[in-house]
Amino acid sequence: MAEYTWKSPTVRWVDERMPVFTLMREHLVDYPSPKNLNYWWNFGSLAGIVLVIMIVTGIFLAMHYTAHVDHAFESVQRIMRDVNYGWLVRYIHMNGASFFFIVVYIHIFRGLYYGSYKPPRELLWMIGVIILLVMMATAFTGYVLPWGQMSFWGATVITSLFSAIPLVGDDIVVWLWGGFSVDNPTLNRFFALHYLMPFIIFALVFLHLWALHTKKSNNPLGIDIKGPQDTIPFSPYYTIKDLFGLGVLLIFFLGFSFFAPDFFGEPDNYMKADPLQTPAHIVPEWYFLPFYAILRAFTFDIWFLSAKLLGVIAMFGSILILLFLPWLDRSPVRSGRFRPVFKVFFWLFVLNCFVLGVVGGNPAEGFWIPLSQASTAYYFGYFLVILPLLGIFEKPLALPSSISEAVVSKGHSPVPEAAE
Amino acid sequence: MLTKFTTLAATALAVVTVTTTAFAAEAPRPPAQEWGFSGLFGTFDRGAQQRGFQVFQQACQSCHALEFIHFRNLTGIGLSPEEVEAIAEGYQVEDGPDDLGDMFMRAARPADRIPPPFPNEQAARAANNGAYPPELSLMTRARFFGHDYVYALLTGYRDEPPEDVELMPGMYFNEWFPGQQIAMAPPLFEGAITYEDGSPETVEQYARDLVTFLAWTAEPELEERNRLGVKVVLFVIVLTGLLFALKKKIWSDVH
Repeated sequence: MAEYTWKSPTVRWVDERMPVFTLMREHLVDYPSPKNLNYWWNFGSLAGIVLVIMIVTGIFLAMHYTAHVDHAFESVQRIMRDVNYGWLVRYIHMNGASFFFIVVYIHIFRGLYYGSYKPPRELLWMIGVIILLVMMATAFTGYVLPWGQMSFWGATVITSLFSAIPLVGDDIVVWLWGGFSVDNPTLNRFFALHYLMPFIIFALVFLHLWALHTKKSNNPLGIDIKGPQDTIPFSPYYTIKDLFGLGVLLIFFLGFSFFAPDFFGEPDNYMKADPLQTPAHIVPEWYFLPFYAILRAFTFDIWFLSAKLLGVIAMFGSILILLFLPWLDRSPVRSGRFRPVFKVFFWLFVLNCFVLGVVGGNPAEGFWIPLSQASTAYYFGYFLVILPLLGIFEKPLALPSSISEAVVSKGHSPVPEAAE
Repeated sequence: MLTKFTTLAATALAVVTVTTTAFAAEAPRPPAQEWGFSGLFGTFDRGAQQRGFQVFQQACQSCHALEFIHFRNLTGIGLSPEEVEAIAEGYQVEDGPDDLGDMFMRAARPADRIPPPFPNEQAARAANNGAYPPELSLMTRARFFGHDYVYALLTGYRDEPPEDVELMPGMYFNEWFPGQQIAMAPPLFEGAITYEDGSPETVEQYARDLVTFLAWTAEPELEERNRLGVKVVLFVIVLTGLLFALKKKIWSDVH
């Protein structure tokens, strides 16, 4: 691989002085990938592509957007009505946020099922968790920018959460707002941060890939690559597979952007922010609903900890706990395919996430409250109790001796989906 | 391979259905109407749009602003530039300051916004018994099931409230308004607006035309969006098919 000589003299001239083409060739063409990756492995590259789409559309929107409480809502309408194809750029950006989360959540569930967080990929996984956190901050600040009713009240509710921190909470909130309520300084800094953070994500994605390419991709069998017979070069095999996957994603993504652009949105955000009028139901965007449910599940104080503070801790904890996952799941077997008991709890965990989402979208009253508490308990129980115990008590199935062997014996093996 | 996709698609569909129904449960859903502008190939009925604009002019605009519509936009409901100019001239807008530093009134031009009925919220409330008539150009998107909701609201007045409802002074009973008491007097009456094209002059027809007009003010890009969308999505489907064939071919030597 390293022996490759570039034909074009210009390319060779550059490459000898700074081997950027060799680097790209090594990582985008020759990168040895397990030959048995299934379609769940498409979502990483899809997330990268959606990130680029978001940055490009976002830059064009920023050229026409005005970050001021008196003009923000109007400037968005101007983009929708008077800027050439402004409506298209905005709809793609708006729906792109939702599709970014859909793709990334699938990517994360894939990692959870196939044990992609286990040694030697712990750091790769942790960088991914940080990316998720920055992504959420980006989405949250971005949702405030159109300055609709839900923008304003969502920002008010979420920033007010920090007031639950003992002693300094109220001061922190004033510091975050840059004033005594969500107002023009808040909008301005949110715009600045919303423009900054995608580039931080971009840099983190490079670290994520660096860690990935150092320890190589996991695969549906969760066993190590034993030699060249187990791998195929990234290009053309996975470039074409990823392109096909991109096509499928675009059908849905563009389908929603063109034909149901408001599907993921809230009607309230088509009304300009009014600090004097609270909407009947303040709900975050759908991708935050499970975490919103966890936040609201705490309706009781424990000792000196207020319910509000507990909710805030649990909400942030629900994501931060993922950082410790490599050490909570002690089972040496990576892939859920060979873990009969884990499999059941994993799918319950997925179902539970959807339940949390539905709970988060409904008012915190009646049977929704105990349901939110049960789902929150399962969410944390999965990481803190079930996974550690399974590592001790579960009897995993026998692992195939190598990827290529499992691929060749397709049809008789316990791994029916292993190969294409 | 195919079964995997079917499973994926079925899961996605199930998730969408479950979540949509879970969230739709909040408010009573207004009865669904048939709108020519919904669906992949939807277009606005030009006649209905223009009649709807007439209804807006005669029944709504004395209280409600249409903030995001300029007269020039009205070519989008099928009016010629000359007709738009003539309509604009019927409105007075404030301009200035002139060379002496004074503001002055002049006839509107196509480049002007449709002027709001009140200079500010306080003036609007003062003239409307304390209520603030909302801006209408985004109304159909600012409510759940907006088109059906506005139609239901406009046709949902009842002369006599049900016996268990105590109306507050100056309020009207409307089945579809949240809380069922609305400060807006019934705006539409049978025969009150004269149509020149012979369309029925009923409250239902007025409401239907007005909703068509407001659907356009909320999404003036809708027709272009649908036209372009069909082409783009068809293109991507064909491209994806080709990419799939190529993927099959490239992968045929693996295993």
